[in-house]
Amino acid sequence: MTTPSKIDSNPTVWDSKEMQQRTARRYRQERIFRAAGLGAVAVSALFLVVLLSNIISQGTGGFFQTYIETEIELPVKVLGDPRTMTPEEFANSVRRANMLGLVAKSLEETFPDVTSRNEKRALLKIYSTGVRGQLAQFVTENPDVIGTRQTLWLLASDDIDQVVKGNIDTETDESDRRVSDRELAWLQTLEDAGRVDVKFHTTFLTSGDSRNPEMAGVWGAVVGSALTLFVTLILAFPVGVLSAIYLEEFAPQNRFTDFLEININNLAAVPSIVFGLLGLAVFIGTMHLPRSAPLVGGFTLALMTLPTIIIASRAAIKAVPPSIRDAARGLGASPMQVIFHHVLPLAMPGILTGTIIGMAQALGETAPLLMIGMVAFIVDIPSGITGAATALPVQVYLWADSPERAFAEKTSAAIMVLLFFLIMMNAVAIKLRQKFERKW
Amino acid sequence: MTSSAISVIILLLSLAAFAAGRQRSLATVGGRRGDLHSLPRHYGYFAASLVVLPATLILVLWLTFGDFALERMTLNSIPEGAAVTEGIEDHLVLNRIRIAVDQGDRVEKDPTILAAAKFYREAHGEAVWLTFAAALLAGLAGLAYALKVTSAEFRARNKVETFMRVALIACSALAVLTTVGIVASLLFESLRFFQQVPISEFLFGLKWSPQTALRADQVGSSGAFGAVPLFAGTLLISLLAMLVAGPIGLLAAIYLTQYASGRVRAVAKPALEILAGVPTVVYGFFAALTIAPLFREMGLSVGLDIASESALAAGVVMGIMIIPFVSSLSDDAITAVPRSLSDGSLALGATPSETIRKVILPAALPGIVGAFLLAVSRAVGETMIVVMAAGMQPNLTANPFEAVTTVTVQIVALLTGDQEFDSAKTLSAFALGLVLFVVTLFFNVIAIRVVRKYREIYD
Repeated sequence: MTTPSKIDSNPTVWDSKEMQQRTARRYRQERIFRAAGLGAVAVSALFLVVLLSNIISQGTGGFFQTYIETEIELPVKVLGDPRTMTPEEFANSVRRANMLGLVAKSLEETFPDVTSRNEKRALLKIYSTGVRGQLAQFVTENPDVIGTRQTLWLLASDDIDQVVKGNIDTETDESDRRVSDRELAWLQTLEDAGRVDVKFHTTFLTSGDSRNPEMAGVWGAVVGSALTLFVTLILAFPVGVLSAIYLEEFAPQNRFTDFLEININNLAAVPSIVFGLLGLAVFIGTMHLPRSAPLVGGFTLALMTLPTIIIASRAAIKAVPPSIRDAARGLGASPMQVIFHHVLPLAMPGILTGTIIGMAQALGETAPLLMIGMVAFIVDIPSGITGAATALPVQVYLWADSPERAFAEKTSAAIMVLLFFLIMMNAVAIKLRQKFERKW
Repeated sequence: MTSSAISVIILLLSLAAFAAGRQRSLATVGGRRGDLHSLPRHYGYFAASLVVLPATLILVLWLTFGDFALERMTLNSIPEGAAVTEGIEDHLVLNRIRIAVDQGDRVEKDPTILAAAKFYREAHGEAVWLTFAAALLAGLAGLAYALKVTSAEFRARNKVETFMRVALIACSALAVLTTVGIVASLLFESLRFFQQVPISEFLFGLKWSPQTALRADQVGSSGAFGAVPLFAGTLLISLLAMLVAGPIGLLAAIYLTQYASGRVRAVAKPALEILAGVPTVVYGFFAALTIAPLFREMGLSVGLDIASESALAAGVVMGIMIIPFVSSLSDDAITAVPRSLSDGSLALGATPSETIRKVILPAALPGIVGAFLLAVSRAVGETMIVVMAAGMQPNLTANPFEAVTTVTVQIVALLTGDQEFDSAKTLSAFALGLVLFVVTLFFNVIAIRVVRKYREIYD
């Protein structure tokens, strides 16, 4: 530690000046070191807090959307008459009806001084193009309203929404922002009349992707992720458990099994994008399976998750004490019966915990899915494992790339949905572990 | 949809086979279970496996080799000396045929290709039905055989267990098969790439610009495939990440194992685990939208020009992502050092920090080095953060304030969207993937060896 020459001739004299200095220095070093350690932990925790609070503060707005209260005429002439038409004819006539014209008419009443065509068109832009669908749905579901005046909350456009939420700085020069002074004045008029409100927006949770941020939703991506994970689970779980059983219970100690073991450990550390390349070359290039499909995504993620499941399952199987096996063998069970009737049921909680954690990893994985083309812009909710779909993390990636300001908010909201699922999965895993953990 | 229909049919058939096998075994002994060698359900399992195994085998063979065989047949069906295919490589012809198969005569106008497409479509339809019929027949034959051999003395359980054992081995082999698949697909495509671009240019060239002319008459560069700027960018970002993650992760591990009270540990460890569980795309978003602009503004305020897609932002955020990785592996290594060592040091009067620095860390060094190597391997292979926060410009620079690009960014850029499978541009992604695979494999193997070889055994 220290060279003897530095020490006082009589090292046990504790009240000598050198000794006291040395002790003080050593204690100071101790405090610094300890503080550095604490600092490191604090910095990591701080990162976590900043990351999460950043996402939550930005993303909460994504679940809400600005609506404008609109008194609107719903004439038979435009929409069709539900009493004389069959429901299908009526639905068709509603679909063809000029909804935006109705909205424009309502605007004329509110803003009688807006007269030029250009201005009227600009005025209509404070509404989302989604009001067409919103109105059509409302009318089809309530055919009685035809021919009456109704007061409805209609979806505002994304730019108006961003102004209302305070995400666009209205103090900057007009040319620097996406909302003109004219539009701001109109918005002000509506706000003064109490006709603007930010409401919880269910569309975000129930619809698919859209080019318009105010109409975009995560449900398509959630379903895509669910289908992908379903394929992954179907494939990776049985294969992973069976191979863990072989390695733990049957495999002889030889070079082949050593090789297997090293192989599995290595696979667990291979970058995920390499699995994407494998999926692209094998499943799409060679087998010609459909691009962008949850089937291929599930295959690829299954190969990636397999090592995690094998390693966790082996640990769980190993934790079952040998006495159980001996007792079963003693009663005449065959080796297979020992495993499938006794060891496996006891190891199952541990295996399931590991599987859920592996699935959570697969849920958050993006790069391999980019490789196999699950980045397409898809509006429809996917209906099967062979159709085109996207996944939740890929949706996050796609929205993060969008230039519209409003998509930043949607991205954070989608991340919140993703994190919600991840937290749920991990909570289930932890509960499972706590409930079934057994000391032998 | 037909393939799922056949799967359902085979599944139903196997269920029927189970019932039949079970029934048959009981019938042969007149219902006296005791006379049977195995339990009745084992006869059922046996019959069901004899249905499923041959049928699945045929289906798998079809899925793996069927299309290849069909393509060959289609190519052979094209008459010798047809103008459109003369002197053109097979895979280019196949691409045109495939487009014609998908889209009919909307794009493709050449009658030879259209005829080939028609041939392919018809042959494909026939082959599908043939395969399904063969699978079904094989299943039925298996069932018939199973029922024939069922008798009181037949050792059904042993047979079923043998099948099971083979299934177990097959499942374990899938892990090896994955590795083989990775290596084979990367090597195969890379070799095709290196036929077009010499390997020395790829590994040592200083210019990366993967745009190639699609047609011979097109004006455009022939593309430059020197990957050194990508390697340098990857190295720079990984280095930055390790500068953040290394010290913080190690110090956090030391504090949590040596100093922290039970309560702090109970809070801090899960917090680190959450940090590890956050998907990388979230980090990417955080880096691109929060950290990068923040660094840019901080730079401007002190007169530094930091690119909005700087290596710094990507590196720092990647470092944050790797902290829990370093800390949990170092934690394991430190905890593995026996208590007696630190007790001895403390008893001699060393302060805790002296004990840690001079006794515990040296003893845990192999594990810590292993942790760092694994962390580097992760940083090199990390994709989403750099795709979202680092740039696309292949700059050869060591300045962390500039934008650089990495191997993974380029792989994503080259392969996203619809691409021709055979241009040098697309193939270069596989060559990059091969480099990535080899480098990470190298780090992993070294890490495992370091841990194994230099671990001191105290107990």
